Amino acid sequence: MSASLQSTLKGFCNNRVWRSIFRRAPARTNRTRSIAIFGNLFLHALPVKVREKSLRVRATYYLGSFSFFLFVVLTLTGIMLMFYYHPAAPKAYNDMKDLRFVVSEGIFLRNLHRLAAQAMVLAVFWHMFHVFYRGGYKPPHEFNWVIGVVLLLLTLFLSYTGYLLPWDQLAFWAITVGTNIISYIPILGKPTRFLLLGGHEIGENALLRFFVLHCVILPLAMIVLIALHFWRIQKDGGLTIRESDERK
Amino acid sequence: MSENRKFEAGIGSDFSKDPVRIVFITKKTSAKVRGVLRDQVMSYPHVVLREIIAFELLTIVLVLMALFWDAPLEQLANPLLTPNPAKAPWYFLGLQELLHYFPPIVAGVLIPVLIIIGLVAIPYFDLNVKGEPLWNARRTPRLRIFCGIVLIFLMFFGVYKAWSIFVTTAIIAALAVAGYFVPAGRGSAIEYLRSRSLPWWLMTWFIIMACILTIIGTFFRGPGWSWVWPWR
Ligand code: HEM
Repeated sequence: MSASLQSTLKGFCNNRVWRSIFRRAPARTNRTRSIAIFGNLFLHALPVKVREKSLRVRATYYLGSFSFFLFVVLTLTGIMLMFYYHPAAPKAYNDMKDLRFVVSEGIFLRNLHRLAAQAMVLAVFWHMFHVFYRGGYKPPHEFNWVIGVVLLLLTLFLSYTGYLLPWDQLAFWAITVGTNIISYIPILGKPTRFLLLGGHEIGENALLRFFVLHCVILPLAMIVLIALHFWRIQKDGGLTIRESDERK
Repeated sequence: MSENRKFEAGIGSDFSKDPVRIVFITKKTSAKVRGVLRDQVMSYPHVVLREIIAFELLTIVLVLMALFWDAPLEQLANPLLTPNPAKAPWYFLGLQELLHYFPPIVAGVLIPVLIIIGLVAIPYFDLNVKGEPLWNARRTPRLRIFCGIVLIFLMFFGVYKAWSIFVTTAIIAALAVAGYFVPAGRGSAIEYLRSRSLPWWLMTWFIIMACILTIIGTFFRGPGWSWVWPWR
């Protein structure tokens, strides 16, 4: 039984159609396994081979991976939420009510998006602290750390712009508190706040601007910088292995 | 191996060796290249599989939580009805707590900008590249500078009556200074603290401070940003 299953699978992976899609034979030799990575648009973010020590859970706790996966989950659920959302006051609020009471599984969708957003902030912070304590920022990784700081700011700003979108009291006043701080910046403060809100007060213009930032500009910036971050890990020669781990 | 060989060359298909192979040797300068055997594995399937498992675990946890927890939704936004207190999202509550102590220009602008500059600068100070313990060399001058700076900070916190920050900073600084006085080879916990570097202490102070301020801002602040006990 299992032998025939295996040969069926083999046949499934080793024919013209399969090869036309993946551009390689089944990944059973080191050559085809290499091609599986660098011949694939998505997987070639990974190096072809990695040090076994950098695979240990303790080396990363997969925190960077979790940050990335949360971003993926947020993108997917976010796109689905956009089908039900109008960035207009007070329609945006009614859309939230509809998600809860009208759209089937709408509340589940919103819960997922909100949870993943909180989790991503946590994961990114934790990832940063973990990298710090492992010394992952040391040469040649310095600039990837700087990219990371920008990623952290983007994550916070993404989360923050999303906070306004439900247009409820919680959203409105949280953004009021935050944007008031901006106006304390000397000289640039007031114009910056005006630019961000599209006016002096938080209203429909601010909602629209936050929507565009949250759904278009910041995610695009995030995608570019995450790609840069991963590419740099590869170019910098893989993850940092501490001397103390080297001996084990 | 004969004595007068000036080079060594080889080819190999062992994936676990570094692929450093081509060497040109001119005249007498000879280069010797050796593949270093390392603990390498193929990313496919080893990394790919692990990442898939991580993703699945994450999905399971998220879905379970999303089933039992509901995203909050309050009343429609109303600019005329200010809630008391109005709170920022949780990850900014540490900053909002700072606003309670310090003037807005300090808490809202100066401190965040300094934090960002500090974070960006971390890899460019070679302070921690070796991770040298704080009290390894030049002990006494370092102790003077360290205590001096801590005292200035404590005075600053005291002037603004930021007692939560004051106490936390004092405790962490005392732990750091304790390493100066405790002789080597006493208990593993003390030894651990003794062997920490200055950046380690700075980052640890920053993280603990941020956590404490965030927790206070989230749970212990009520109307008018007055102190409340969450269980009352
Ligand atoms: C959206 C946010 C981020 C994503 C998706 C992300 C993703 C990753 C991933 C997948 C890795 C590989 C291994 C690991 O998990 O540690 C990594 C490594 C790294 N990350 Fe991030 N990261 C993010 C934010 C940050 C931040 C905020 C920093 C620091 C300020 C940072 C600095 C680094 C550095 C220096 C490395 C290399 C570590 C080493 O060599 O050991 N990253 N990142």
